[in-house]
Amino acid sequence: MTQTAPAIELKGISKAFGPVQANKDISIRVMPGTIHGIIGENGAGKSTLMSILYGFYKADAGEIFIQGQKTTIPDSQAAIAAGIGMVFQHFKLVPNFTVLENVILGAEDGELLKPSLAKAREALTDLAAEYELKINPDAVVETLSVGHQQRVEILKALYRQADILILDEPTGVLTPAEADQLFRILNRLREEGKTIILITHKLREIMDITDTVSVMRRGEMTATVKTAETDPEALAELMVGRKVLLRVDKQPAEPGAPILQVRGLRVVDGDGVERLKGIDLEVHAGEILGIAGVAGNGQSELLEVLGGYRDATGEVRLNGDVIDLTGKKSDGQSRRKRGIAHVPEDRQREGLIMDYHAWENVAFGYHHDAAYQSGILMNNAAIKADTERKMEKFDVRPPDPNLAAKNFSGGNQQKIVVAREIERNPDLLLVGQPTRGVDIGAIEFIHQQIVSLREAGKAVLLVSVELDEILSLADRVAVMFDGVIMGERRASETDEKELGLLMAGITEMPDKPIIDAVEEQLAAKEAREAKQHG
Amino acid sequence: MDRMPHWADAVLVPLISLILAAILSALVIIGIGEDPVAAFNLMVEGALMRSAGWGYTLYYATNFMFTGLAVAVAFHARMFNIGGEGQATLGGLGVALVLLYIPWPHWSLALLAATLGAAAFGAIWAFIPAYLQAKRGSHIVITTIMFNFIAAAFLNYVLVNLLRPQGAMDPATEKFPEATHLPTFRDMFSSAETIMFRGAPANVTFFLAVIACLVVWLLLWRTRLGYEIRAFGHSESAAKYAGISPVRITVIAMLISGALAGMMALNTTQGESERLILNATEGAGFIGIAVALMGRSHPFGVFLAAILFGFLFQGGAELALWTNIPRELIVVIQALVILFTGALDNMVRMPLERVFLALRRKEG
Amino acid sequence: MDLFTILQVLDSTVRLATPLLLACLAGLFSERAGIFDIGLEGKMLAAAFFAAALAAITGSVWLGLLAGIAASLMLSAIHGLASITFRGNQLISGVAINFLAAGMTVLIAQDLFSQGGRTPSLIGKGRFEPITLPFAEEVIDIPVLGPIYYELISGHSILVYVAFLMVPLSWWVLFRTRFGLRLRAVGENPAAVDTAGVSVVGLRYAAVAICGVLCGIAGAYLATGLQAGFVKDMTAGRGFIALAALIFAKWRPWYALYACLLFGLLQAVALRYQNIDLGLITLPVQFMDALPYVLTVVILAGFVGKAIPPRAGGQPYVKER
Repeated sequence: MTQTAPAIELKGISKAFGPVQANKDISIRVMPGTIHGIIGENGAGKSTLMSILYGFYKADAGEIFIQGQKTTIPDSQAAIAAGIGMVFQHFKLVPNFTVLENVILGAEDGELLKPSLAKAREALTDLAAEYELKINPDAVVETLSVGHQQRVEILKALYRQADILILDEPTGVLTPAEADQLFRILNRLREEGKTIILITHKLREIMDITDTVSVMRRGEMTATVKTAETDPEALAELMVGRKVLLRVDKQPAEPGAPILQVRGLRVVDGDGVERLKGIDLEVHAGEILGIAGVAGNGQSELLEVLGGYRDATGEVRLNGDVIDLTGKKSDGQSRRKRGIAHVPEDRQREGLIMDYHAWENVAFGYHHDAAYQSGILMNNAAIKADTERKMEKFDVRPPDPNLAAKNFSGGNQQKIVVAREIERNPDLLLVGQPTRGVDIGAIEFIHQQIVSLREAGKAVLLVSVELDEILSLADRVAVMFDGVIMGERRASETDEKELGLLMAGITEMPDKPIIDAVEEQLAAKEAREAKQHG
Repeated sequence: MDRMPHWADAVLVPLISLILAAILSALVIIGIGEDPVAAFNLMVEGALMRSAGWGYTLYYATNFMFTGLAVAVAFHARMFNIGGEGQATLGGLGVALVLLYIPWPHWSLALLAATLGAAAFGAIWAFIPAYLQAKRGSHIVITTIMFNFIAAAFLNYVLVNLLRPQGAMDPATEKFPEATHLPTFRDMFSSAETIMFRGAPANVTFFLAVIACLVVWLLLWRTRLGYEIRAFGHSESAAKYAGISPVRITVIAMLISGALAGMMALNTTQGESERLILNATEGAGFIGIAVALMGRSHPFGVFLAAILFGFLFQGGAELALWTNIPRELIVVIQALVILFTGALDNMVRMPLERVFLALRRKEG
Repeated sequence: MDLFTILQVLDSTVRLATPLLLACLAGLFSERAGIFDIGLEGKMLAAAFFAAALAAITGSVWLGLLAGIAASLMLSAIHGLASITFRGNQLISGVAINFLAAGMTVLIAQDLFSQGGRTPSLIGKGRFEPITLPFAEEVIDIPVLGPIYYELISGHSILVYVAFLMVPLSWWVLFRTRFGLRLRAVGENPAAVDTAGVSVVGLRYAAVAICGVLCGIAGAYLATGLQAGFVKDMTAGRGFIALAALIFAKWRPWYALYACLLFGLLQAVALRYQNIDLGLITLPVQFMDALPYVLTVVILAGFVGKAIPPRAGGQPYVKER
């Protein structure tokens, strides 16, 4: 028996972004016809490594061998030619193009579009039959659900005859049923002899589907092992470098009076599309209400309305008092005055001014606070002193108020935001994706802070796409789908499977295969959206 | 981590850009058959070696401080106000109306009132583009350009049909009353023995411009409004989250910007011509763009860059007087400065960053 | 108003719309690829000067046209360098280009011709002469249609026909060819193009170059077709009106034609009638001068429908990080 060459072999790959070393001397071998997982914390360098393999970034040093051949990959064109396809975490689709146009882009046959489109249409039909990858080739991509957009990305790679498929955090945007289906597709591809690299931070996915797994930490590859010979605890320790607490300790909830009451909340966005279609919910004192759901089903809009920067109709009460949902009294300032604090979903776009110093960011949103003023001028010294105190209490590193926000790591940036909001001792804390792009140490710390606010008798509304996070933090879980709350469950009395169905808009156990029911729901949602798009 | 220390970004980048612009300008001068060294000497001679030269240099610098600040304030709110020219044109009308139709006992009171008039008219002219940007999303760059053209046509109409004295041929108002004439540098700095700044138009407005630099600095870095303007400029989405109204900041920042541009007219209209004429702005509104870019939108940088451009403007006038080089050379230099400091600054910055990165590696 | 007057105004509309249309299509290619260009004005101005200068020196308008295109392409290259290679601010680059053109044209004109920043008047082969289309003379007596063919359709210089033919050609290139698909994609999401293995930089430079060629033709037409020679600042804001037309047209070729014809009509009316007496009030000439700009603002204010620019427009393409 002759030894087969590895499908992919990387030797000594290094890459720096300015002063930051993203990849340090990384070597890896992946055999053909296998699924190889790469796991690591946020910022460990997984995506950078794969972007180098796909020619998106250029490595500073190192060699790449594809199917045993030494290959240089200066750009994505070379990667495609070498049979590599990649599904990025943030899709690389042209939103106002059709599926067909997106598929042929860069892989057209000849100067004119007509023959290329006809050929691609045929190929898509074949691929759909072969791999459960059904999609309407004439749909405009921006009207598709994220799951279907991901499907377009996979089709793009297969249309280009990729033998090696890289997927970067593919399940973050999927319901559990869709994730299962994706894994079935990946298995099928593996059976066909294709090689798959799966980047993820979810241990369960690694255990479920991969043959081998590599662990990355701080730009270095710390281990490569056979999946069958390891377990989640060992992997977690390799990822973080120490034992990790995978569950949050908290006392049983003792809910008090209702703090937040929402009735019939509706939002129509600038394009005339209805994003919230009558939301009813309550959050009590001493309680964490988790909002689960796939991103883009109205959770962001809900937070924006409650945070005071999106107009809505309906009724919202805080401590029994009605709060304005439109007009001058409906903005972030008045919300904060009433005791609503908000850790937004995207700290880089919303929670922080990345070019502002840490101290300026600690005043952000609270810059009208009397303690921060001296006469008509701002009291910068007072803000800096306050910042130092908060940085110490929340263990922000480095504890330098004069450092710009962009120069902190993701976890420390998030700690600045959380410190600013929680230290106001709000009646209601709105939290969106509190641990997205945050290292495990900071995750533990932030989770503890949220729980201790609840234990101090405050109300917390938690939005997260991570079901694990919702299940471990929340007391009650409400699931959103297409602008509607599909159902509410006690966290202790439900599981991922049940929530997963609700996330796809299914309230009762269907009498057909689950994935068919999910597809039906998604298709109906897309049709609604396409119609509203006009 | 920052790739380069802050001071290098603030000082080295504009300095190198300026040197590049100077080299190219020298090549242009050689190209039209003149001697760049002689030209430069002539410029220095005419603009800096006599007090009268300084009197012109600082006169022009006064204009550019106002328009440079105007552009800089808008930049901080991430808006590109190309309408300084039109706002200054309207500012001139404000000055003229205040001075022609209200009798003033003393120049100081007149200056105060004219300042309000200039600022108000400039602000109004900036308000419409600002409002349209904030409420209707019309791109402020294009609308302010359009408002420059509209302002020119409007002033033309007003001067020709309404404000021109009976029987006068040129489109201009009559002279402002004697009491409103501002003290020039000559009035202020000459002694009985020596006359300084002979014939030069620099006047008390220069000090107003310096004060404006200070006030704008305080406003941007020491007040809540400035904090909000800068926050909005860095990230509109974050501003919304923090309860900073984009509409309010867009409008306020542009009102301030327009008011500053309008105040330029104090210098030209009340200070120099002492009546309102067509095209009193002489492109100073546009030079403000170069000044703001060169000065990195910081009031102190604007101050320095304004004086540099005052020198170029006065030196260029000398060149046009004594050589074959037309005044348009200044437009070319202005274009090159805008190009290098505003559009090609990465061309300068990228190699610099590499140098600093290498230095840091060596240390580490 | 009789048919003849109407035809004269419309005829003048066509001529005045021509440079607008060429510049508008130039901007369309650039902006569809994600590169904003407020330097159309400067490119046209530079082209107008070099076209007139070379036509004056050589006596050949065709050499003039080439020189105009070359000058415009030079400025396009600067814009490309600033906004594509060095990822600078596209608006600021455009402003710089406008001033560069305004200054350099006068500087060189003074150096070459010493006529206060203008070129000598062009005569004979130094200009694009009107072309009489076949049968124009023969059909003139046919009522209505005859004069329309003779006055309005026939009798323009070749560049006018080129400009109008550019409309269907642009549409076809953008929406029926591979190049067009990629060009539109790069203006919407350059990362999609990059990861599909196509060069973002190459596409954007191509778009900017097309923009340069079209602006070059527009400028050459101004100085050698519409008028007979170059005068200082002769573009007079046409580049900005073309930009407004582009927004009005929602970045689509056929709409661009209509928008430019509308602005051309406004200019034609302003040119023919100085003060317009409407009985109750008289519209002063200054009002007519300002009208295109006022109309532009009204259009930009979105009172005639919302315009959505290409999504990646104005932003330099930087890979994440």
